[in-house]
Amino acid sequence: MTVSLNRRTAIVGVAESDLGRTPGKTALQLQAQAAQRAMVDAGVKPKDIDAVFAHMPDRFSSMAVAEYLRIRPRFTDTTNTGGPSNLSHVLHAALAIEAGLCDVALITYGSTQASDRSRSLGGLPDDPRNPRGQFEIPFGHLTPIGSYALAATRHMHLYGTRPEQLAEVAVAARRWAALNPRAYKRDPLTVEEVLASPMIATPLRVLDCCLVTDGGGAVIVTSAERARSFAKPPVCVLGAAEGHSHHFSINELEEITVTNAIHTGRRAFDMAGVTPADIDVAEIYDSFTITVIMTLEDLGFCAKGEGGDFVSRGRIAPGGEFPLNTSGGGLSYCHPGMFGIFLLIEAVRQLRGECGERQVSGARLALCHGTGTTFGAQGTIILGRD
Amino acid sequence: MAAAERPVPGISEETKPFWEALKAGRLTIQRCRACDHRQHYPRPFCLSCLSEDLEYVPASGEGRIYSYTWNHRPADPYFADKVPYAVALVELPEGVRLLTNLLDSPPEAVRIGAAVELVVTRVNEEISLPLFRVKGE
Repeated sequence: MTVSLNRRTAIVGVAESDLGRTPGKTALQLQAQAAQRAMVDAGVKPKDIDAVFAHMPDRFSSMAVAEYLRIRPRFTDTTNTGGPSNLSHVLHAALAIEAGLCDVALITYGSTQASDRSRSLGGLPDDPRNPRGQFEIPFGHLTPIGSYALAATRHMHLYGTRPEQLAEVAVAARRWAALNPRAYKRDPLTVEEVLASPMIATPLRVLDCCLVTDGGGAVIVTSAERARSFAKPPVCVLGAAEGHSHHFSINELEEITVTNAIHTGRRAFDMAGVTPADIDVAEIYDSFTITVIMTLEDLGFCAKGEGGDFVSRGRIAPGGEFPLNTSGGGLSYCHPGMFGIFLLIEAVRQLRGECGERQVSGARLALCHGTGTTFGAQGTIILGRD
Repeated sequence: MAAAERPVPGISEETKPFWEALKAGRLTIQRCRACDHRQHYPRPFCLSCLSEDLEYVPASGEGRIYSYTWNHRPADPYFADKVPYAVALVELPEGVRLLTNLLDSPPEAVRIGAAVELVVTRVNEEISLPLFRVKGE
Protein backbone atom coordinates (compact mmCIF):
# COMPACT_ATOMS: atom_id res chain seq x y z
CA MET A 1 0.00 0.00 0.00
CA THR A 2 1.48 3.36 -0.93
CA VAL A 3 0.63 6.49 0.96
CA SER A 4 0.35 9.76 -0.92
CA LEU A 5 1.84 12.75 0.82
CA ASN A 6 -0.13 15.15 -1.41
CA ARG A 7 -1.60 17.94 0.75
CA ARG A 8 -0.80 16.13 4.01
CA THR A 9 1.58 18.81 5.29
CA ALA A 10 2.02 22.57 4.99
CA ILE A 11 4.70 25.19 5.50
CA VAL A 12 3.55 27.67 8.14
CA GLY A 13 6.64 29.76 8.86
CA VAL A 14 9.51 31.07 6.77
CA ALA A 15 12.32 33.55 7.40
CA GLU A 16 15.83 34.50 6.37
CA SER A 17 18.58 35.45 8.77
CA ASP A 18 20.68 38.54 8.11
CA LEU A 19 22.20 38.19 4.63
CA GLY A 20 25.20 39.48 2.71
CA ARG A 21 28.16 39.87 4.99
CA THR A 22 27.68 38.79 8.60
CA PRO A 23 31.20 38.51 10.02
CA GLY A 24 29.94 38.73 13.56
CA LYS A 25 27.85 35.55 13.34
CA THR A 26 28.62 31.88 12.96
CA ALA A 27 26.66 29.54 10.68
CA LEU A 28 24.92 28.19 13.78
CA GLN A 29 23.94 31.68 14.93
CA LEU A 30 22.54 32.50 11.48
CA GLN A 31 20.39 29.37 11.71
CA ALA A 32 19.22 30.34 15.17
CA GLN A 33 18.34 33.84 13.95
CA ALA A 34 16.43 32.46 10.98
CA ALA A 35 14.70 29.92 13.24
CA GLN A 36 13.66 32.64 15.69
CA ARG A 37 12.19 34.74 12.87
CA ALA A 38 10.46 31.72 11.31
CA MET A 39 8.96 30.73 14.63
CA VAL A 40 7.66 34.28 15.08
CA ASP A 41 6.29 34.12 11.52
CA ALA A 42 4.47 30.90 12.40
CA GLY A 43 3.47 31.93 15.89
CA VAL A 44 5.20 28.99 17.61
CA LYS A 45 7.82 28.68 20.33
CA PRO A 46 10.79 26.29 20.66
CA LYS A 47 8.71 24.09 22.99
CA ASP A 48 6.29 23.47 20.09
CA ILE A 49 9.01 22.10 17.78
CA ASP A 50 9.55 18.33 17.94
CA ALA A 51 11.59 17.68 14.80
CA VAL A 52 14.81 19.35 13.63
CA PHE A 53 16.45 19.18 10.18
CA ALA A 54 19.81 20.87 9.60
CA HIS A 55 22.97 19.98 7.67
CA MET A 56 25.33 22.85 8.41
CA PRO A 57 27.94 23.37 9.55
CA ASP A 58 28.95 19.79 10.35
CA ARG A 59 27.86 16.20 10.80
CA PHE A 60 26.12 16.94 14.10
CA SER A 61 24.15 19.82 12.69
CA SER A 62 20.60 18.92 13.75
CA MET A 63 21.88 18.33 17.28
CA ALA A 64 23.76 21.63 17.29
CA VAL A 65 20.73 23.63 16.13
CA ALA A 66 18.44 21.80 18.55
CA GLU A 67 20.72 22.42 21.53
CA TYR A 68 21.13 26.08 20.66
CA LEU A 69 17.35 26.54 20.61
CA ARG A 70 16.71 24.20 23.57
CA ILE A 71 14.67 21.80 21.43
CA ARG A 72 14.63 18.06 22.17
CA PRO A 73 13.32 16.57 18.95
CA ARG A 74 11.79 13.13 18.58
CA PHE A 75 12.67 13.17 14.91
CA THR A 76 16.06 14.33 13.65
CA ASP A 77 17.80 14.52 10.30
CA THR A 78 21.14 15.87 9.13
CA THR A 79 20.79 14.74 5.50
CA ASN A 80 23.30 16.56 3.32
CA THR A 81 23.07 16.39 -0.45
CA GLY A 82 24.36 19.90 -1.00
CA GLY A 83 21.94 22.29 -2.67
CA PRO A 84 18.72 20.23 -2.38
CA SER A 85 19.26 19.26 1.27
CA ASN A 86 16.52 21.48 2.67
CA LEU A 87 14.13 20.23 -0.02
CA SER A 88 14.89 16.66 1.03
CA HIS A 89 14.20 17.84 4.59
CA VAL A 90 10.69 18.93 3.52
CA LEU A 91 10.09 15.45 2.06
CA HIS A 92 11.44 13.76 5.18
CA ALA A 93 9.42 16.07 7.46
CA ALA A 94 6.26 15.27 5.48
CA LEU A 95 6.90 11.55 5.90
CA ALA A 96 7.53 11.87 9.62
CA ILE A 97 4.50 14.07 10.21
CA GLU A 98 2.25 11.78 8.17
CA ALA A 99 3.53 8.79 10.17
CA GLY A 100 2.70 10.59 13.39
CA LEU A 101 6.33 10.64 14.53
CA CYS A 102 6.36 14.40 15.00
CA ASP A 103 4.01 17.37 14.69
CA VAL A 104 5.97 20.55 14.04
CA ALA A 105 9.28 20.43 12.12
CA LEU A 106 11.98 23.10 11.96
CA ILE A 107 14.31 23.10 8.94
CA THR A 108 17.30 25.45 8.98
CA TYR A 109 20.28 26.46 6.88
CA GLY A 110 23.17 28.81 7.51
CA SER A 111 26.64 29.52 6.17
CA THR A 112 29.30 32.18 6.52
CA GLN A 113 31.01 31.17 3.28
CA ALA A 114 31.73 34.77 2.30
CA SER A 115 33.18 35.88 5.62
CA ASP A 116 35.15 32.63 5.69
CA ARG A 117 36.54 33.65 2.27
CA SER A 118 35.95 30.22 0.90
CA ARG A 119 33.87 28.48 -1.75
CA SER A 120 34.43 25.23 0.06
CA LEU A 121 31.32 23.10 0.37
CA GLY A 122 32.55 21.92 3.74
CA GLY A 123 32.61 18.33 4.85
CA LEU A 124 35.60 16.08 5.19
CA PRO A 125 38.90 17.23 3.73
CA ASP A 126 39.61 15.43 0.52
CA ASP A 127 41.55 12.20 0.95
CA PRO A 128 43.74 11.86 -2.15
CA ARG A 129 42.65 8.20 -2.29
CA ASN A 130 39.02 9.24 -2.81
CA PRO A 131 37.68 9.14 -6.37
CA ARG A 132 38.11 12.89 -6.83
CA GLY A 133 41.60 12.76 -5.41
CA GLN A 134 42.65 10.07 -7.88
CA PHE A 135 40.63 10.79 -11.00
CA GLU A 136 39.87 14.52 -11.06
CA ILE A 137 42.23 16.58 -8.90
CA PRO A 138 45.51 15.49 -10.57
CA PHE A 139 44.13 16.88 -13.84
CA GLY A 140 43.54 20.35 -12.43
CA HIS A 141 39.76 20.01 -12.63
CA LEU A 142 38.01 23.00 -11.05
CA THR A 143 35.25 21.83 -8.72
CA PRO A 144 32.41 22.38 -9.04
CA ILE A 145 32.50 24.88 -11.91
CA GLY A 146 34.64 22.67 -14.14
CA SER A 147 31.94 20.01 -14.25
CA TYR A 148 29.25 22.56 -15.10
CA ALA A 149 31.56 23.89 -17.80
CA LEU A 150 31.90 20.39 -19.29
CA ALA A 151 28.10 20.06 -19.31
CA ALA A 152 27.66 23.52 -20.85
CA THR A 153 30.23 22.87 -23.59
CA ARG A 154 28.46 19.66 -24.56
CA HIS A 155 25.00 21.28 -24.38
CA MET A 156 26.19 23.99 -26.77
CA HIS A 157 27.63 21.38 -29.12
CA LEU A 158 24.53 19.15 -29.14
CA TYR A 159 21.85 21.87 -29.22
CA GLY A 160 23.45 25.08 -30.44
CA THR A 161 22.95 26.80 -27.08
CA ARG A 162 24.78 30.14 -27.16
CA PRO A 163 26.65 32.17 -24.54
CA GLU A 164 24.08 34.96 -25.03
CA GLN A 165 21.35 32.56 -23.90
CA LEU A 166 23.29 31.61 -20.76
CA ALA A 167 23.69 35.34 -20.11
CA GLU A 168 19.91 35.85 -20.33
CA VAL A 169 19.54 33.78 -17.16
CA ALA A 170 21.84 36.16 -15.29
CA VAL A 171 20.17 39.25 -16.72
CA ALA A 172 16.69 38.03 -15.75
CA ALA A 173 17.85 37.20 -12.22
CA ARG A 174 19.16 40.73 -11.83
CA ARG A 175 15.85 42.20 -13.00
CA TRP A 176 14.01 40.22 -10.29
CA ALA A 177 16.63 41.24 -7.72
CA ALA A 178 15.97 44.89 -8.55
CA LEU A 179 12.47 44.30 -7.15
CA ASN A 180 13.72 42.58 -3.96
CA PRO A 181 14.87 44.94 -1.19
CA ARG A 182 16.92 42.14 0.39
CA ALA A 183 18.87 41.29 -2.76
CA TYR A 184 22.65 41.70 -2.66
CA LYS A 185 23.11 42.85 -6.28
CA ARG A 186 20.40 45.06 -7.69
CA ASP A 187 22.08 47.33 -10.26
CA PRO A 188 21.08 46.65 -13.87
CA LEU A 189 22.97 44.02 -15.84
CA THR A 190 23.13 43.51 -19.60
CA VAL A 191 23.98 40.50 -21.74
CA GLU A 192 27.04 42.42 -22.99
CA GLU A 193 28.30 42.89 -19.44
CA VAL A 194 27.91 39.19 -18.68
CA LEU A 195 29.81 38.28 -21.87
CA ALA A 196 32.55 40.77 -20.98
CA SER A 197 33.10 39.34 -17.48
CA PRO A 198 36.28 37.30 -16.95
CA MET A 199 36.25 33.69 -18.16
CA ILE A 200 36.72 31.02 -15.50
CA ALA A 201 36.22 27.70 -17.33
CA THR A 202 34.84 27.88 -20.85
CA PRO A 203 32.06 28.77 -21.48
CA LEU A 204 31.33 29.93 -17.91
CA ARG A 205 32.33 33.44 -16.89
CA VAL A 206 32.26 35.20 -13.53
CA LEU A 207 28.72 36.51 -14.16
CA ASP A 208 27.49 33.03 -15.07
CA CYS A 209 28.18 32.07 -11.45
CA CYS A 210 26.16 32.54 -8.28
CA LEU A 211 27.22 34.98 -5.59
CA VAL A 212 29.28 34.19 -2.52
CA THR A 213 27.52 35.65 0.54
CA ASP A 214 26.75 34.82 4.13
CA GLY A 215 23.23 33.97 5.19
CA GLY A 216 20.69 31.51 6.46
CA GLY A 217 17.05 30.61 6.46
CA ALA A 218 14.44 28.49 8.16
CA VAL A 219 11.05 26.98 7.40
CA ILE A 220 8.51 25.34 9.68
CA VAL A 221 6.36 22.43 8.53
CA THR A 222 3.31 20.90 10.19
CA SER A 223 0.32 18.78 9.26
CA ALA A 224 -2.26 20.30 6.89
CA GLU A 225 -4.95 20.03 9.59
CA ARG A 226 -2.86 21.75 12.24
CA ALA A 227 -1.77 24.40 9.71
CA ARG A 228 -5.31 25.73 9.33
CA SER A 229 -5.23 27.15 12.87
CA PHE A 230 -2.08 29.17 12.16
CA ALA A 231 -2.23 32.91 11.51
CA LYS A 232 -0.94 32.95 7.93
CA PRO A 233 -2.45 31.08 4.99
CA PRO A 234 -0.82 27.63 4.88
CA VAL A 235 1.17 26.59 1.86
CA CYS A 236 0.62 22.89 1.26
CA VAL A 237 3.23 20.42 0.11
CA LEU A 238 1.68 18.74 -2.94
CA GLY A 239 4.64 16.86 -4.34
CA ALA A 240 8.11 16.03 -3.08
CA ALA A 241 10.95 13.94 -4.47
CA GLU A 242 14.68 13.50 -4.00
CA GLY A 243 17.46 11.49 -5.58
CA HIS A 244 21.12 11.46 -6.44
CA SER A 245 23.04 10.09 -9.38
CA HIS A 246 26.60 10.68 -8.21
CA HIS A 247 28.69 12.48 -5.63
CA PHE A 248 31.16 14.74 -7.45
CA SER A 249 32.06 12.69 -10.54
CA ILE A 250 29.87 14.11 -13.31
CA ASN A 251 31.44 11.42 -15.52
CA GLU A 252 29.11 8.95 -13.79
CA LEU A 253 26.16 10.33 -15.77
CA GLU A 254 25.31 8.39 -18.95
CA GLU A 255 24.93 11.73 -20.71
CA ILE A 256 26.23 14.81 -18.88
CA THR A 257 23.57 17.12 -20.35
CA VAL A 258 20.73 15.07 -18.80
CA THR A 259 20.38 15.10 -15.03
CA ASN A 260 18.52 13.11 -12.40
CA ALA A 261 15.96 15.94 -12.35
CA ILE A 262 14.12 14.00 -15.07
CA HIS A 263 13.25 11.51 -12.31
CA THR A 264 12.71 13.76 -9.29
CA GLY A 265 10.57 16.10 -11.39
CA ARG A 266 8.39 13.27 -12.66
CA ARG A 267 7.97 11.82 -9.15
CA ALA A 268 7.05 15.20 -7.67
CA PHE A 269 4.60 16.05 -10.46
CA ASP A 270 3.02 12.57 -10.17
CA MET A 271 2.57 12.94 -6.42
CA ALA A 272 1.07 16.41 -6.85
CA GLY A 273 -1.15 15.38 -9.73
CA VAL A 274 -0.15 18.46 -11.74
CA THR A 275 1.96 19.14 -14.81
CA PRO A 276 4.61 21.74 -15.68
CA ALA A 277 1.94 23.78 -17.49
CA ASP A 278 0.09 24.21 -14.16
CA ILE A 279 3.04 25.88 -12.37
CA ASP A 280 2.57 29.64 -11.81
CA VAL A 281 6.01 30.41 -10.41
CA ALA A 282 9.24 28.40 -10.29
CA GLU A 283 12.28 28.67 -8.06
CA ILE A 284 15.01 26.63 -9.74
CA TYR A 285 18.48 26.66 -8.27
CA ASP A 286 20.83 28.84 -10.30
CA SER A 287 24.32 27.85 -9.13
CA PHE A 288 25.33 28.66 -12.72
CA THR A 289 23.35 29.88 -15.70
CA ILE A 290 23.64 26.44 -17.34
CA THR A 291 22.09 24.81 -14.27
CA VAL A 292 18.83 26.66 -14.91
CA ILE A 293 18.76 25.86 -18.63
CA MET A 294 19.37 22.14 -18.18
CA THR A 295 17.00 21.86 -15.21
CA LEU A 296 14.12 23.57 -17.05
CA GLU A 297 14.49 20.91 -19.75
CA ASP A 298 14.79 17.99 -17.36
CA LEU A 299 11.72 19.06 -15.35
CA GLY A 300 9.71 19.19 -18.55
CA PHE A 301 9.09 22.93 -18.90
CA CYS A 302 10.56 22.63 -22.39
CA ALA A 303 12.08 19.90 -24.53
CA LYS A 304 15.69 18.81 -24.12
CA GLY A 305 17.89 21.26 -25.99
CA GLU A 306 15.33 24.09 -26.01
CA GLY A 307 16.35 25.59 -22.66
CA GLY A 308 18.43 28.33 -24.26
CA ASP A 309 15.49 29.52 -26.32
CA PHE A 310 13.12 29.15 -23.35
CA VAL A 311 15.06 31.65 -21.22
CA SER A 312 15.43 34.20 -24.00
CA ARG A 313 13.37 37.24 -24.98
CA GLY A 314 12.37 38.02 -21.41
CA ARG A 315 10.22 34.93 -20.83
CA ILE A 316 11.69 34.31 -17.36
CA ALA A 317 12.14 37.97 -16.38
CA PRO A 318 9.62 40.23 -14.57
CA GLY A 319 6.60 40.67 -16.87
CA GLY A 320 7.43 37.50 -18.83
CA GLU A 321 5.25 34.42 -19.22
CA PHE A 322 7.27 32.21 -16.87
CA PRO A 323 8.24 33.88 -13.60
CA LEU A 324 11.48 32.20 -12.53
CA ASN A 325 13.71 32.82 -9.53
CA THR A 326 11.68 35.78 -8.43
CA SER A 327 13.93 36.63 -5.47
CA GLY A 328 16.84 37.27 -7.81
CA GLY A 329 18.20 33.80 -7.15
CA GLY A 330 21.67 32.72 -6.22
CA LEU A 331 22.89 34.83 -9.10
CA SER A 332 21.73 38.16 -7.63
CA TYR A 333 19.85 37.85 -4.31
CA CYS A 334 22.12 35.82 -2.01
CA HIS A 335 24.11 32.62 -2.03
CA PRO A 336 25.68 31.40 1.19
CA GLY A 337 27.15 28.23 -0.29
CA MET A 338 23.81 26.62 -1.01
CA PHE A 339 20.33 27.86 -1.81
CA GLY A 340 17.69 25.22 -1.07
CA ILE A 341 16.10 27.01 1.88
CA PHE A 342 15.78 30.23 -0.11
CA LEU A 343 13.89 28.47 -2.92
CA LEU A 344 11.33 27.36 -0.33
CA ILE A 345 11.10 30.76 1.41
CA GLU A 346 10.47 32.64 -1.84
CA ALA A 347 7.94 30.11 -3.13
CA VAL A 348 5.97 30.28 0.13
CA ARG A 349 6.00 34.08 0.09
CA GLN A 350 4.81 34.14 -3.53
CA LEU A 351 1.93 31.79 -2.68
CA ARG A 352 1.02 33.86 0.40
CA GLY A 353 1.02 37.07 -1.66
CA GLU A 354 3.81 38.68 0.39
CA CYS A 355 6.21 39.59 -2.41
CA GLY A 356 5.34 43.22 -2.96
CA GLU A 357 6.80 44.60 -6.18
CA ARG A 358 7.92 41.17 -7.38
CA GLN A 359 4.64 39.42 -6.58
CA VAL A 360 3.43 37.07 -9.30
CA SER A 361 -0.23 37.92 -9.57
CA GLY A 362 -2.59 35.09 -8.62
CA ALA A 363 0.18 32.56 -7.91
CA ARG A 364 -1.37 29.32 -6.63
CA LEU A 365 1.15 26.63 -7.61
CA ALA A 366 4.90 26.88 -7.16
CA LEU A 367 7.78 24.53 -7.92
CA CYS A 368 11.12 24.48 -6.12
CA HIS A 369 14.07 22.54 -7.47
CA GLY A 370 17.51 22.18 -5.91
CA THR A 371 20.68 20.76 -7.44
CA GLY A 372 23.69 19.54 -5.48
CA THR A 373 27.40 19.13 -6.16
CA THR A 374 28.03 18.69 -9.90
CA PHE A 375 24.40 17.87 -10.80
CA GLY A 376 24.89 14.95 -8.40
CA ALA A 377 21.82 15.44 -6.22
CA GLN A 378 18.33 16.70 -6.98
CA GLY A 379 15.23 17.65 -5.03
CA THR A 380 11.85 18.81 -6.32
CA ILE A 381 9.05 20.23 -4.15
CA ILE A 382 5.68 21.39 -5.46
CA LEU A 383 3.71 23.76 -3.23
CA GLY A 384 0.19 25.10 -3.46
CA ARG A 385 -2.27 27.29 -1.63
CA ASP A 386 -4.64 25.37 0.59
CA MET B 1 61.62 28.52 -4.76
CA ALA B 2 60.93 25.11 -6.26
CA ALA B 3 58.25 24.95 -8.92
CA ALA B 4 54.91 23.65 -7.67
CA GLU B 5 54.36 19.95 -8.33
CA ARG B 6 51.29 18.47 -9.95
CA PRO B 7 48.84 17.11 -7.33
CA VAL B 8 49.18 13.34 -7.28
CA PRO B 9 46.53 10.70 -6.78
CA GLY B 10 46.46 8.74 -3.55
CA ILE B 11 46.77 5.07 -4.41
CA SER B 12 44.19 2.79 -2.80
CA GLU B 13 44.19 -0.99 -2.73
CA GLU B 14 41.77 -1.47 -5.61
CA THR B 15 43.44 1.13 -7.85
CA LYS B 16 47.00 -0.09 -7.30
CA PRO B 17 47.03 -2.21 -10.50
CA PHE B 18 45.75 0.78 -12.49
CA TRP B 19 48.52 3.09 -11.29
CA GLU B 20 51.24 0.40 -11.50
CA ALA B 21 50.32 -0.23 -15.15
CA LEU B 22 50.57 3.50 -15.88
CA LYS B 23 53.96 3.61 -14.17
CA ALA B 24 54.97 0.96 -16.73
CA GLY B 25 53.53 3.09 -19.53
CA ARG B 26 50.13 1.38 -20.01
CA LEU B 27 46.58 2.67 -19.56
CA THR B 28 44.35 -0.20 -18.46
CA ILE B 29 40.61 -0.49 -17.94
CA GLN B 30 38.94 -2.77 -15.40
CA ARG B 31 36.98 -5.63 -16.96
CA CYS B 32 34.91 -8.27 -15.19
CA ARG B 33 35.84 -11.77 -16.32
CA ALA B 34 32.49 -13.10 -15.12
CA CYS B 35 30.21 -10.78 -17.12
CA ASP B 36 32.46 -8.63 -19.39
CA HIS B 37 31.34 -5.41 -17.74
CA ARG B 38 33.91 -2.57 -18.02
CA GLN B 39 34.11 0.17 -15.45
CA HIS B 40 36.10 3.28 -14.65
CA TYR B 41 37.14 4.35 -12.13
CA PRO B 42 38.31 0.99 -10.70
CA ARG B 43 36.28 -0.54 -7.87
CA PRO B 44 37.01 -3.56 -5.66
CA PHE B 45 34.33 -5.63 -7.44
CA CYS B 46 32.18 -5.61 -10.55
CA LEU B 47 29.35 -3.07 -10.18
CA SER B 48 27.15 -5.13 -12.45
CA CYS B 49 27.44 -8.66 -11.01
CA LEU B 50 29.52 -8.12 -7.83
CA SER B 51 32.21 -10.58 -8.93
CA GLU B 52 35.73 -9.92 -7.67
CA ASP B 53 37.13 -11.71 -10.73
CA LEU B 54 38.41 -8.55 -12.38
CA GLU B 55 41.20 -7.99 -14.85
CA TYR B 56 42.82 -4.86 -16.27
CA VAL B 57 42.75 -4.81 -20.08
CA PRO B 58 45.17 -2.55 -21.92
CA ALA B 59 43.54 0.39 -23.63
CA SER B 60 44.32 0.93 -27.29
CA GLY B 61 45.35 4.52 -26.62
CA GLU B 62 42.68 5.87 -28.95
CA GLY B 63 39.85 8.08 -27.84
CA ARG B 64 37.41 10.82 -28.81
CA ILE B 65 36.65 14.07 -26.99
CA TYR B 66 33.23 13.80 -25.27
CA SER B 67 33.46 17.27 -23.74
CA TYR B 68 36.12 19.77 -22.69
CA THR B 69 36.68 23.09 -20.98
CA TRP B 70 39.57 25.55 -20.97
CA ASN B 71 40.39 26.54 -17.41
CA HIS B 72 41.37 30.19 -17.12
CA ARG B 73 41.87 29.84 -13.39
CA PRO B 74 44.34 27.30 -11.97
CA ALA B 75 42.80 24.60 -9.80
CA ASP B 76 46.18 24.22 -8.08
CA PRO B 77 49.42 26.27 -7.97
CA TYR B 78 50.97 23.73 -10.40
CA PHE B 79 48.62 24.98 -13.12
CA ALA B 80 49.18 28.68 -12.49
CA ASP B 81 51.62 29.15 -15.38
CA LYS B 82 49.64 26.86 -17.69
CA VAL B 83 46.33 28.73 -17.98
CA PRO B 84 44.34 28.37 -20.03
CA TYR B 85 44.69 24.60 -19.92
CA ALA B 86 42.26 21.99 -21.21
CA VAL B 87 40.40 19.50 -19.06
CA ALA B 88 38.47 16.95 -21.09
CA LEU B 89 36.27 13.90 -20.82
CA VAL B 90 37.59 11.37 -23.33
CA GLU B 91 35.59 8.38 -24.55
CA LEU B 92 37.61 5.21 -25.05
CA PRO B 93 36.65 2.45 -27.49
CA GLU B 94 37.05 0.11 -24.50
CA GLY B 95 33.65 1.37 -23.34
CA VAL B 96 34.44 3.91 -20.61
CA ARG B 97 35.09 7.65 -20.32
CA LEU B 98 37.72 9.33 -18.23
CA LEU B 99 38.71 12.84 -17.15
CA THR B 100 42.07 13.99 -18.41
CA ASN B 101 44.11 16.90 -19.77
CA LEU B 102 44.74 17.65 -23.41
CA LEU B 103 48.40 18.40 -24.05
CA ASP B 104 49.90 20.42 -26.90
CA SER B 105 46.51 20.72 -28.63
CA PRO B 106 45.71 23.82 -30.66
CA PRO B 107 42.39 25.26 -29.42
CA GLU B 108 40.82 25.14 -32.88
CA ALA B 109 41.46 21.38 -33.00
CA VAL B 110 39.84 20.76 -29.61
CA ARG B 111 36.27 19.87 -30.58
CA ILE B 112 33.73 17.38 -29.31
CA GLY B 113 34.21 14.24 -31.39
CA ALA B 114 37.86 14.99 -32.22
CA ALA B 115 40.16 11.97 -32.18
CA VAL B 116 42.80 11.98 -29.46
CA GLU B 117 45.73 9.74 -28.60
CA LEU B 118 47.10 8.65 -25.23
CA VAL B 119 50.25 10.30 -23.88
CA VAL B 120 51.29 8.55 -20.66
CA THR B 121 52.99 11.33 -18.71
CA ARG B 122 55.39 10.80 -15.83
CA VAL B 123 54.76 12.95 -12.74
CA ASN B 124 57.18 11.29 -10.35
CA GLU B 125 58.82 7.91 -9.69
CA GLU B 126 55.53 6.33 -8.63
CA ILE B 127 52.90 8.14 -10.67
CA SER B 128 52.30 8.55 -14.39
CA LEU B 129 49.03 10.04 -15.64
CA PRO B 130 46.93 9.12 -18.70
CA LEU B 131 46.90 12.39 -20.63
CA PHE B 132 45.87 12.84 -24.25
CA ARG B 133 46.67 14.91 -27.30
CA VAL B 134 44.51 15.76 -30.29
CA LYS B 135 45.66 13.62 -33.19
CA GLY B 136 47.57 15.52 -35.81
CA GLU B 137 46.81 15.29 -39.52
